[in-house]
Amino acid sequence: MAVLGKTEFGTYKILSGNHCVAYAVKLARAEVVSAYPITPQSSIVEKIAEFVASGEMKARFIPAESEHSVLAAVSGAASTGARVFTASARQGLVYMHEVIHWVGRGMLPIVMAVVDSGLGAPPQLGTEQDASLSQRDTGWLQFYCETNQEVFDTIIEAYWISEKVSLPVMVCLDGYYLSHTSEPVCIPDIELVDQYLPRRQSRVRVNPDEPMRLLGPQVELEFNAKLRRRTQEAMEIAKEVAKRANKEFEHIFGRSYELIECYRTEDAEVVLVAMSSIASTARTVVDIMREKGKRVGLLRIRMFRPFPSLEIIKALGNAKKVAVIDRNMSYGHGGVISMEIKAAMYNEQQRPIIFGFITGLCGLPVTPDLITAILEYTYQRGKPDGELIWMGVPS
Amino acid sequence: MRKLKALEIEVPEEEYIFSGHMACAGCAHTLILRVVFKLLGDRVVVVTSPSCTSGTAQNFMVASVHSPYAATAAWASGVRAGLDMQGNTHSLVLALAGDGGTFDIGIQALSAAAERNEDFIFLCLDNEGYMMTGAQRSSATPSGAWTMTTPVLQPKWEPKKNMVAIMAEHRIPYAATATIGYPKDLIYKVNKAKALKGTRFIHALSPCPTGWRYAPNLTVRMSRLAVESKMFPLYEVENGIRYMVQRPQHEVAVHEYLMLQGRFSHLGDDAIDTIQKNVDREWKYLLHREERALTKSNDGEDREQRL
Repeated sequence: MAVLGKTEFGTYKILSGNHCVAYAVKLARAEVVSAYPITPQSSIVEKIAEFVASGEMKARFIPAESEHSVLAAVSGAASTGARVFTASARQGLVYMHEVIHWVGRGMLPIVMAVVDSGLGAPPQLGTEQDASLSQRDTGWLQFYCETNQEVFDTIIEAYWISEKVSLPVMVCLDGYYLSHTSEPVCIPDIELVDQYLPRRQSRVRVNPDEPMRLLGPQVELEFNAKLRRRTQEAMEIAKEVAKRANKEFEHIFGRSYELIECYRTEDAEVVLVAMSSIASTARTVVDIMREKGKRVGLLRIRMFRPFPSLEIIKALGNAKKVAVIDRNMSYGHGGVISMEIKAAMYNEQQRPIIFGFITGLCGLPVTPDLITAILEYTYQRGKPDGELIWMGVPS
Repeated sequence: MRKLKALEIEVPEEEYIFSGHMACAGCAHTLILRVVFKLLGDRVVVVTSPSCTSGTAQNFMVASVHSPYAATAAWASGVRAGLDMQGNTHSLVLALAGDGGTFDIGIQALSAAAERNEDFIFLCLDNEGYMMTGAQRSSATPSGAWTMTTPVLQPKWEPKKNMVAIMAEHRIPYAATATIGYPKDLIYKVNKAKALKGTRFIHALSPCPTGWRYAPNLTVRMSRLAVESKMFPLYEVENGIRYMVQRPQHEVAVHEYLMLQGRFSHLGDDAIDTIQKNVDREWKYLLHREERALTKSNDGEDREQRL
């Protein structure tokens, strides 16, 4: 792999998104890793297996027989106080759904990389966010990354946040557009990562020295209900913790990420909302439209759970219209992101008209032309023709 | 250590399950676990799963964690890895599952963990059905039995799955059957498993007054009759190859065991004859496996005395 140069923050290398994940997990000193191969995730776990085999990474790798067992294995390790990692995609992610709920409600700190790609039937591999977005009610934090550098950085931040709030975190990256596309990425020296991310300290863990029972069934309904509130409270705290994680990250690594990212939104009449790598294309389209005198902007959602409602309300409050790009579908209703934004804005006095676009399903390309068409549609109409608008998806 | 003269056995006095648990009267689970915990001591992490143990696990005085139903063996693999990576290689990991969590929904994760030879003891407490959910059929339910999902008009006729053989075929270091009816044998096997490394599988029969329909005071007797009738033979398999069968000193016909249980009360003479024939055939086959064993057994006398 080519080394491009060195700065005070680290070494620049050309890396795919999946290898960025593997390097980040190594530098975070994860102690137990388990994953089941699935396209397009496999190169993450292959790389980590290589690191473990060569002794470069001091960890136990458990080659379990299914995603359900994979998440159970890392959860078992996390319950002893170890720092753990797993990765999945598509059918694998939904196959582990039971355990995803189990550890979200059980509040175990775990970091999982999710490579966003399609669900069957019929089986398909294209980029799509249905699998990860359909896990939104499980008590996991969810981040959606735009670049490979952000993938690397978010994995490191995810451990910081996860262990502070005691909740599991999914770091989602677009299949192929990030997972299999290489770009220059700054890989920091391990001393910097150690400085940012000390060893995991856990008071609540299964250990023969201080016997306690974890995650066991409870007799009292009130106690169980109280735990549900604890999970939500931790979620609410997680937004502030994520901001702190970022502040400290910027201090050490010189790069910074917010929960949402606003681009030319201050005076925008129409704001595009996008998530993950589509935002890069959308930003270019915004610039072109601006040159033509159209007042448009872009809001990129980076943290999807907990949903940063206040930040989004603030960013969209002055816009007349909002065009939401959903590369996913909640069948029977519409795009998940547009539903969430509508729900967040509903009680506001001044709220924009929200257009929900379904596009790029099954990995169909979301091109500048398509995004331009989305903006033109929004510009020309006072209201959307329906709850959802198909864009570039054949009828 | 407390010496029980009549049984010529020694068990530690420490107790690791306190009273007030939610098991049914006469449940063999707690009797077995009480002995197993005494032998394993306090350097242990227990991985429980949805099963009848769910109602007693709050009363464990050892570290424990509850896993999803299908994934007990995977969760236990992770606990082992987590402890090892933090330098705690001396503590034991004990996975507890019922017959559903072993024979049925849990077999995938268990088979995979056994194939990886994960370092833990897997104890299956087999009450021959889904008893916590009200006595439904599992693949551990014996032939001829009534359950809530195999009504008397159409009882279960398929034979009980041979789980020890399946586990042995993974070539794990140790697989064995045990009952609370023969505590000396149970203690011997748990101690033997404790001293080994790798995946160790103990299949304990756990008679269930509620699901099998018999009086709660008969649990130990039921355990002994299961062995004496050869419906549940006691044996061990080392490294998947060396079978060692413990022959009961006193043998009974299967009807003596079956007729004490409501779940078999619908059976006529023909059905009981068929069950007897199948049991005799399986017993012969088990002895045949023992004979075939490559290494000659040298503790034959010990085995006789344990029963």
